[in-house]
Amino acid sequence: MKRTLLIAAASFGLIAAEPLSAPDRPLPDAAQEARAQALFDDIRCVVCQHEAIADSPATIASDLRGLVRDEIRAGLSDAEIKAGLVRRYGDFVLFTPPMRAGTWLLWFGPLAILLAVGGGLLAMTLRRRVETVALSAEEEARLADILAAQEVRRDPDAKPSDD
Amino acid sequence: MASGRRNRARRGGHAPVIVELGAFALVLAFVLAVLQTGMSVAGRIRRSPVLAGAADGAAIAGAVAVAVAFAALIAAFVASDFSVANVAANSHTDKPMLYKVAAAWGSHESSLLLWCLVLTGFGALLARARNLPFGLKTCAVAVQGLLGVMFLAFALFTSNPFARLDPAPVQGASLNPLLQDPALAFHPPLLYCGYVGFSVCFSLAVAALIEGRANSSFWPAWGRWVRPWALASWAFLTVGITLGSFWAYYELGWGGWWFWDPVENASFLPWLAGTALLHSAVVTERRGTLASWTTFLALLAFSFSMLGAFLVRSGVLTSVHAFAVDPERGLMLLAILGVSSGAAFALFAWRAPQLKGGGMFAPVSREGALVLNNVFLTASCATVLLGTLYPLILEAANGAAISVGPPYFALTFVPLMAAALLILPAGPMLAWKRGDFKGVGQRLTLAAGLAILIALMGWMAFEPKKALSAAGIGLGAWLILGTLAEVAERLRLFRAPLAESLRRARSLPLGAWGTTLAHAGLGVFVLGAVVETGYRIEVARALAPGQTLEAGKWAVRLDSVRVVEGPNYLAEQGRLTVTLRDGGAPRPVTAERRFFPAGGQTTTEVGLDFRGLDDVYVVLGERGRTDAGAPGWNVRVWWNPWARLIFLGPMIMALGGLVSLLDRRLRLGVGKREPAA
Repeated sequence: MKRTLLIAAASFGLIAAEPLSAPDRPLPDAAQEARAQALFDDIRCVVCQHEAIADSPATIASDLRGLVRDEIRAGLSDAEIKAGLVRRYGDFVLFTPPMRAGTWLLWFGPLAILLAVGGGLLAMTLRRRVETVALSAEEEARLADILAAQEVRRDPDAKPSDD
Repeated sequence: MASGRRNRARRGGHAPVIVELGAFALVLAFVLAVLQTGMSVAGRIRRSPVLAGAADGAAIAGAVAVAVAFAALIAAFVASDFSVANVAANSHTDKPMLYKVAAAWGSHESSLLLWCLVLTGFGALLARARNLPFGLKTCAVAVQGLLGVMFLAFALFTSNPFARLDPAPVQGASLNPLLQDPALAFHPPLLYCGYVGFSVCFSLAVAALIEGRANSSFWPAWGRWVRPWALASWAFLTVGITLGSFWAYYELGWGGWWFWDPVENASFLPWLAGTALLHSAVVTERRGTLASWTTFLALLAFSFSMLGAFLVRSGVLTSVHAFAVDPERGLMLLAILGVSSGAAFALFAWRAPQLKGGGMFAPVSREGALVLNNVFLTASCATVLLGTLYPLILEAANGAAISVGPPYFALTFVPLMAAALLILPAGPMLAWKRGDFKGVGQRLTLAAGLAILIALMGWMAFEPKKALSAAGIGLGAWLILGTLAEVAERLRLFRAPLAESLRRARSLPLGAWGTTLAHAGLGVFVLGAVVETGYRIEVARALAPGQTLEAGKWAVRLDSVRVVEGPNYLAEQGRLTVTLRDGGAPRPVTAERRFFPAGGQTTTEVGLDFRGLDDVYVVLGERGRTDAGAPGWNVRVWWNPWARLIFLGPMIMALGGLVSLLDRRLRLGVGKREPAA
């Protein structure tokens, strides 16, 4: 046990002493730094599993943060910085997927599903309305009576157990 | 003490009987699952209560057998029996006892055994349920048995947790230190109770597709039987996901709590489907309508659970190429998913059109609101599925690598959910069949006005000013106030004498209180999520002892850093003091960087200072040089406003599920339906 600890202490010492990494130096201009931070959240650390460079302790993430800050200082726009990264690392480097033919399904899929499900529902409701139109005038009157009677009973206070 | 530990390890290595017993129990459980399936199918065909009863017995005995196997595995971990490959790979004699036990669900093999335990355990509960009609129950027990056969076979033949090593190593490789954490020790069991609990809904849905009849009293009764299982699974899953999120929050040290990571999404899919199922099952129970849709969701929820298991365990998620690392297991899981879900959805496609029927309702009604809820939940569920699988599909199709991360979900999932939450408070106020939109509007005017006022106050109070975040605050307030307005309405609070309101409160069913808690809890979560995401402040700098870092209104001073020794790790422990910048309220906080020699890994232990609803979140990083060039430590500080609500909200929601579950109208085995409520 003691030996394990000694070995551990030695290796810990090695690990702790080794990297005197340069911390991130924020840009002096607050607005520029805010832009940099926003970009960091969208840029993926290319060697990590699913981390933005904002979060990752990896060296490449630190390098990329430095690069982004340098480019902002040099006056590049956000779009130019992203385009440069995509040229170097591919679309993979951005957490926002690109908008092109291959990703239309990804971007418009949710809306399409919403419209499809909602449309199906609307069609169902309309069909049902057609079914009810078939009632005769007399039946309609009776139905109105019934519904009116129900309107009174339907008061939520009257049925507290109605969840 | 050290020698005592070693002796124990040695003794464990010489007590192989328990492990053999576990392996035997696992084989026995497999045989019992086969018997359960065969006997219930035969019992259903011959209409024999004896055979069906025997199948129930096999289901219960099977659960006991898996429990024995699981207990044997835990015993092997506790005794550090490194002749078991699984123990050698995931345990270590120096590990604290909690994590020795928790390692029993930390690896692929043993967590699969936990999966089987929950599957057969819920199966045994189903076998004991007394209020189900013969045909439906026998079919459901058969399906549950078939699921048991598949997963137990998977465990036995590809991932046996009791596989031996010869010669046994002297020491184990230890559990990934990131997983050595109390929240994560309890996270998998709860999560699995949720995932696998949906298997009963799945079995009941398949049984209903076989046994169900159109236009009968069958569907309201079925909705009633399926609801408690859905509710229990949903509550477990809610707590499980929350614990996982909380673990990610304070163990990873990244300051965030949800990263839209594919693994997180894999657990979110069954939750969304389960939430939709809960709501649609209410309509089926009360009105006998939406029967096929509810069945579909019940199939979907467990299919998503299995999909999640496949995605996480096959290695397909981190990279498409990782699939080749363990193709056998991945393909086996894909086969189980394909066979069970494929068969179930094929049955659905064949039978569902024959099951049309049920009551009519106007678009503006309770049913209508619940259908709308289902539209949004389904669409958002599909969005998460799309975002999770699209990179895999695209890469398989044309080799293009893309990333789908938080910005995508912020643009798609969040608006869908926001729309759903916007209409939520109106739902419980609408009457069944035909609602009165104007009346509901009048009753919600006060809540809406207050919510807008709160949004404006939020806009003024927080810096920098963000319109969307302020709107989010209003939405959270709207959920809470709208939900409370509904209760107040029911209790005639402030309109009737207090005694009258109290009387009404007592007679209000627990189910209604559960709904209120769940919806209000969601509002609490929304408030926390919006404020934390919109207004958190992060700063990082290298500090020498004595120096101070400022994050918003907080100042964090690094007092000292020393090396401390834990049970199975060494740590650099930073002692820091958090104070308000304009003076006062100093509070000490410790943050550590831990080194685990057994696995050679380093983890961060976040220092958390709880300040009311806010967190001051401190991470001690590597050694670095300060601006002046002096040696110091990289310190990162987050001010996470209202972060407490993010984890409190889902707990309130789960509590709501629990309260609903206690409603005697929902309780399992409680005989007949009460006279028309």
